[in-house]
Amino acid sequence: MSQRFVRLGEANRARVRIRIDGHPAEALAGDTLMVAVLNNARQLRESEFGDGRRAGFCLMGACQDCWVWTADGTRLRACTTVVEEGMHIITKQPEATWPNLA
Amino acid sequence: MAQPRVIVIGAGPSGVRCAETLVAAGLRPIVVDENRRDGGQIYRRQPENFTRPYTKLYGTEAEKAQALHGSFEALRGKIDYLPETLAWNIAEGKVHVTSNGRTKALSYDALVICSGATDRLMPVKGWHYAGTYSLGASQIALKAQACAIGSQVVFMGSGPLLYLVASQYVKAGANVVAVLDTSPFMRRVAALPKLLARPDVLRNGFALVSSLKRAGVQVLTGITPLEIKGSPDAGVHGVVIRDSRGNERSFDCDAVAMGYHLRPETQLADLARCAFRFDHETRQWLPETGEDGRTSVPGVYLAGDGMKVLGADAAEIGGRLAAMAVLKDFKLPVAEDELQTLRKEQARMDRFRQGLVQAFPWPAQQAAQLPDEAIVCRCEAITVGELRRTVHEKGAQEANRAKALCRVGMGRCQGRYCGHAGAEIIAQAAGVQLEQVGRLRGQAPVKPLSMAVREEVE
Repeated sequence: MSQRFVRLGEANRARVRIRIDGHPAEALAGDTLMVAVLNNARQLRESEFGDGRRAGFCLMGACQDCWVWTADGTRLRACTTVVEEGMHIITKQPEATWPNLA
Repeated sequence: MAQPRVIVIGAGPSGVRCAETLVAAGLRPIVVDENRRDGGQIYRRQPENFTRPYTKLYGTEAEKAQALHGSFEALRGKIDYLPETLAWNIAEGKVHVTSNGRTKALSYDALVICSGATDRLMPVKGWHYAGTYSLGASQIALKAQACAIGSQVVFMGSGPLLYLVASQYVKAGANVVAVLDTSPFMRRVAALPKLLARPDVLRNGFALVSSLKRAGVQVLTGITPLEIKGSPDAGVHGVVIRDSRGNERSFDCDAVAMGYHLRPETQLADLARCAFRFDHETRQWLPETGEDGRTSVPGVYLAGDGMKVLGADAAEIGGRLAAMAVLKDFKLPVAEDELQTLRKEQARMDRFRQGLVQAFPWPAQQAAQLPDEAIVCRCEAITVGELRRTVHEKGAQEANRAKALCRVGMGRCQGRYCGHAGAEIIAQAAGVQLEQVGRLRGQAPVKPLSMAVREEVE
C-alpha cells in the first residue's frame, strides 16, 4: 500500500498539488503537511540515528518526530504546518546518519 | 494601582475560562496559545473548510465544546490574543514568546499557566517503528483531519481515553482490530466508589465499552504488551501481548495508538521556579499548588491538566478558580458564593480523578521487564540496555546525571515521551525508590527554536 493514513470524511475540499521525493501527489486544502504526505506515502522521514523510517508520533507539536525536509533544504514540523500548493517534501535522510553500531 | 497585567498561557478549557473570568472582572489579559485555533487538544477545532457538525466531532461532549468555542469568540476584542505563539521561556518576571521567526519578552504582574498535558508513555519493544502513534495523536488525526492513523488499528495502553478514541474510530468507520488494556478488570470494580463521584461520566464509560463490543472489537483487560512487530523500512505490522491468563497473543495491524493516561506539561512552571512535589499516587513529580492554583511563586498560577490531570470539565473549573485567585491577590472583587461552589465541584472532580488513577494505573512494573534491546528514547534511538549500563557502569542514579551520560531525555522531545519510563528504568536498575531518581529539569527553550529567531524589545 502506498499510503499510511486513511481518510474517513471531509473529502470534498479543494485539491492541492505537492511533490513527494520528486513525484507529483495530491493533498486537500486544510490538510496538515503530515496528513498530506501520509495520505500518499508510508513515511515522513528517515531517522538520522539509523533505526529506520518515521511517520510522526504525537501530532500535537510535542515530540518533534515529524520534522521533514523540503527539496530546497528547509525543515518543517509536518504536524503543525498547513500544506500549500507546490510544496516539495523529501522523505529520505539527506545528510549523514549516526546509527548505533554497538 | 493600574489594572494588573495578566498573561494566560494556553487557550484550552482552562485558559479560555480563566481569560473569560478575568475579562468579566474588567481586565484585559494577554492569551498566548501555540495552536492556530482555540480549544486546546480536547476541544481542538477542525480547519475552517471542514464541515462535520459538533455532534460528529465531539460526541457526548459536543455541547461543552460548542460552549467553550462560543465563549472564546465572545472574548475577541476584549483580550490580546496571540495564536500560533509559543511561550518558550520564563525568566526574570518575563514570558518569552515566539511566532513567525520573531521572539519577544512580555512582562506580567500575574501569570496563569494553562499548558495542558501530553500522553504518558511506557515504551514497548518496537515502538519506534513508523505507524506507532500516541493515543492523543490518533484522536487528533480523526478530530482535526478526519483521518485514521492506519487501515488496521490497535489501541494499547490504559485509561479512559483508550476506549473513547477507539469508539470514535469505530463510529467514523475506521477498522479497529483490538483494544488492549494493561489494567486488570478488577481494578475498575475496586475503583467504583470513587468513580461514582461522577455517575454520568461513568455511565458514558460503560456505554463506550459496550459499543466497542457490539461493533465486534476485541477488548482485553489485564494484558502485558510484549512487542510491536515491524521493520525499519515498512513500519508496524503487528502487536504481541500476554493476555490476563498468561497466553501470548498476536494481532495483525499497521498502526498502534498507545498511551497510559496523560502527564502534565510542567516545563514552564519549572522555569518559573515553582516548587515540585513527588506524587506517590501517580508516580511522578507535580508542581506544588495550593488552593485555586497558586504556586510557590507569588504571581504564578496553574490551572487545568498542566497542573494535575483532572480532565476537561475540571480544567474549565480550574481556569475560573485561578482567575479568581489572581483577582483576590490583586484585591479585586470576587463572587464568594461562586468561588465556594467551584471549589466544591473541583473536590468532586478530584475524587473521580483518584478513581481513574486506581482503575487505570501507570504500569510501572513494565519498566523492569523491558528487554535491553527495546528503545527508550525514540528521538535518538537509545536503548533500555544503554540506560541500564549507564546506571550499572557509570553510577548514574539520578535522572539528570543519567541524561548527561547517555542522552535519554536530551533529544528533541526533551524527555516528554521517555522521561517517566526512563526514571522507572533507572530506579529499578539502581535499586532505589523512584522519588530518589528525581525529575528531568525543564530547559528553555521548552521546544526547539531556530537560531535565526530575532528578539524584539518591547
